[in-house]
Amino acid sequence: MNTPMTALPHPARFRRLSGPAGIGLLLALAYGLVPLVAGDYLLEAILTPFLALALAGLGLNLLVGYAGLLSLGSAAFMAVGAYAAFNLSLRVPGLPLPAAFLGGGLAAAAAGLVAGLPALRLRGFYLAVSTLAAQFFVAWALNRIGWLSNDSPSGVIGAPRLVLAGWSFEDARGRYAVSLVVVSLLTFAAWRLVRSPTGRDLVAIRDQETAARIVGVRVARTKLLAFALSSFVVGVAGVLWAFAYLRTVEPAGFNLDRSFQILFIVIIGGLGTLRGAFLGAGFIVVLPLVLSRLGAALLGDGFDSGTLEMVQRIVLGALIVAVLIREPAGLSALLDRLFTRLFDRPRRVPA
Amino acid sequence: MSPDVSFFVEVVVGGLLSGVMYALVAIGFVLIYKTSGVLNFAQGAMVLFAALTFVSLVERGLPVPAAFAATLAVMALVGLAVERAVLRPLVNQPPITLFMATLGVAYVIEGAAQLAWGTQVHALDLGIDDTPLEFGGVLVSRFDLVAAAIAGVLVAVLTLFFHTTRTGLAFRAVADDPLAALGIGLRLPRIWSAVWIASGVVALVAGLLWGARLGVQFSLSLVVLKALPVLVLGGFDSIAGAIVAGLIVGAAEKLAEVYLGPVIGGGIEGWFAYVAALALLLVRPAGLFGRRSVERA
Amino acid sequence: MVSSAPPHSSWLPSALRRVAPLPGRAAPRRRARALAAAPARSAPPAGSAILAVEGLTLTFGGTTAFEAIDLAVEPGEIHAVIGPNGAGKSSLINAISGLYVPQSGRVRIGEATFSTVPAGRLAALGVARTFQNLALFKGLSVLDNVLSGLAGAQRAGFAAQALGLPHARREAQAHRARAAEVMADLDLAAMAGRPAGTLPFGVQERVELARALVARPRLLLLDEPMAGMTATEKAQMSRFIREARERLGSAIVLIEHDIGVVMRLSDRVTVLDHGRRIAHGTPAQVQADPAVIAAYLGGDEHAGEAA
Repeated sequence: MNTPMTALPHPARFRRLSGPAGIGLLLALAYGLVPLVAGDYLLEAILTPFLALALAGLGLNLLVGYAGLLSLGSAAFMAVGAYAAFNLSLRVPGLPLPAAFLGGGLAAAAAGLVAGLPALRLRGFYLAVSTLAAQFFVAWALNRIGWLSNDSPSGVIGAPRLVLAGWSFEDARGRYAVSLVVVSLLTFAAWRLVRSPTGRDLVAIRDQETAARIVGVRVARTKLLAFALSSFVVGVAGVLWAFAYLRTVEPAGFNLDRSFQILFIVIIGGLGTLRGAFLGAGFIVVLPLVLSRLGAALLGDGFDSGTLEMVQRIVLGALIVAVLIREPAGLSALLDRLFTRLFDRPRRVPA
Repeated sequence: MSPDVSFFVEVVVGGLLSGVMYALVAIGFVLIYKTSGVLNFAQGAMVLFAALTFVSLVERGLPVPAAFAATLAVMALVGLAVERAVLRPLVNQPPITLFMATLGVAYVIEGAAQLAWGTQVHALDLGIDDTPLEFGGVLVSRFDLVAAAIAGVLVAVLTLFFHTTRTGLAFRAVADDPLAALGIGLRLPRIWSAVWIASGVVALVAGLLWGARLGVQFSLSLVVLKALPVLVLGGFDSIAGAIVAGLIVGAAEKLAEVYLGPVIGGGIEGWFAYVAALALLLVRPAGLFGRRSVERA
Repeated sequence: MVSSAPPHSSWLPSALRRVAPLPGRAAPRRRARALAAAPARSAPPAGSAILAVEGLTLTFGGTTAFEAIDLAVEPGEIHAVIGPNGAGKSSLINAISGLYVPQSGRVRIGEATFSTVPAGRLAALGVARTFQNLALFKGLSVLDNVLSGLAGAQRAGFAAQALGLPHARREAQAHRARAAEVMADLDLAAMAGRPAGTLPFGVQERVELARALVARPRLLLLDEPMAGMTATEKAQMSRFIREARERLGSAIVLIEHDIGVVMRLSDRVTVLDHGRRIAHGTPAQVQADPAVIAAYLGGDEHAGEAA
């Protein structure tokens, strides 16, 4: 950019979407307009899963994008969150809903802490592969240990009712509202975190681990903290996914494909940016809808759901590769450039 | 031999033989990792793609040798295409970026394979009789023996290739010291291409053997998940490590399934190998044979 | 071999780098350190030096990086380490800062003596360093890079930071003020918000120096801070280094190739050649030393040209 640096101590602050005005506008839309005008389908089939996935992406981004630790086991932490919250509300009568959410997050954080232990000795691919251990172990445990799913023969259990202080949030609008509040709160917390000294430590470890150690960053502790915090957020996303979106709790909702989906959200949206998770999740949710419309228009009846799934896989995979080659900072960087082009050009100071 | 002992031996031998199959997939990873430093997650998708292409060609009436040759050509092309279109543009990116790109490649290949050939399960009969052979009271699957033999031949061929041909020697030079290799004027891109083609061939052999065992279907691409703990254990950069680790993982997994499974519940093969590999890594961080090098700061 | 890799091979195409687990020496190293540190620390400090290296030897596989090196650095002194390429200068700095594990010898920093210096405790020991090929946090702004130099002084936990508790806020404010001071000293204030990775090389060197100075180290290790700089940039850098010593009283170990800079800047000089110390003393003494002249004339003539 040609803007003089002295006038702009922190250029990022002037980007439209991350500025206070942009955030305010988005919040007003999400809290005010959407619940008024959106139909049930939009709310429960698109916006609620979007929010849960965005939150999961946000959590994973803390680990992958900020701390530079690649995890392939996000779905396991979603599952731990969901099952912990389910068991808490089942076994602690009268437990308020927020406590169940918090408990789910804390359980996932504990699981993340354990899964993160190899990070103290391993890095790169070895660490990525080691996170698969968590993925498969959790899936196995949920299937094998009947107590966790209240001995339901199929392993599928109904989520508890979303009731808080006598108010029911069971309808589409209520579930959207619960998701929105939870996501807003955790996004704000994550925003505080990445701007704090701890957030700086995460990036320092990602960019230059040796130098980080030398300047006194407690590397081992900070890596474990990254796993715990990331897993907390991912775990709460799992609670939303099960309680607010699926309304059932089942291991199949948290398989390896889900882990990859969350990772793809982070890559497409933009590694190391908070809004990247929202952009990526929006993209992942909308892509199948667009593709099925497009396919039906082009091919008519030949475009069945099987074909759609395959085409979706191909498009998604190709996009991942394209994003990594062309724009490693993802949609969030593309959006920045778009906004700069739309709004900044007339005011740009000639170089 | 008492029945208990011969049962134990049977379990171990069966485990070792499936370990060879794990190693077969793992070798495809090692080839690429050694030269280009990327963990190619798409290797499993390539296995699926190879098996599916072969079966579909045979089902459409192509004679087996012709189908084999055609699939070989297709796999070489796939390997080459991935190298050109994905790996080369990313050549100076961090390894993790390359890895994520291969995740994308895996999705593309899986989708394309099933879009082209359909999603139904195909039976693949390689004409190997599967009546068990008996050695002193120990039953051994004939198919597993043949599969192990084929895997052995493939490893021998690869070893021969890398020790005698010019490209092979260049490959070893690159694997030993990429900078020095570059310095003495070896053409890296040509070696990368050769290696990707080789890994396509390995994928084909693995695809046929695994396909004959499990049926040719989507889940075939999940053999990658069997190979990963083997790689972690053996080191990403050692063919010998992949073989030995494959044997260890195969045997340990079967033993755990038979003797540990009843105690803590079945189905532990999904995670046992990972946990075992991790436990071992705490003792030997570079795996069994992997080169002990630190990630550069 | 584990440690034969240079610590900063940013020139190595990353696709060719092996990503491998952490070296397996962590556990045995810790044991060795505990054994050696326990009896040594009870001994009285030998002299007033802030840094005392005694008989330090480092080998990689069969090659010796340096052997039986002695080095004593007094508080507030600028101590240059010079020598032809491959003399073992950078390896020495890396061993002093705990990145390499020496085979024998001891390093005393302040009152604490180690057989292997714990890199993670350097900041707490009052030691800071810069790196030969730069090791900035490229994704962070200049300000954040400088602030990260205070990571070792960070007391508030992450929860206190995220919640904005009073003590965390006070600490953050104090650290920002200190960072602003250092950035002003080093002419970096104007680019506080720029991502460090986008800056020209000479400026990045300055950011590294700022990151090292912000914690007011009592010992500062500078590994070729002027490599590749123009004469003007070198003069500026020399001024910053001298000012740092005056303002903070830091002892400075400086590796530098430009003999002219070394002679003007340093109080004492240690000369290494082929991993051995061949001379030490004041710049004038060293310059007149026949062994030094032989090493430079017989070895690397290029290095002597600026003298």
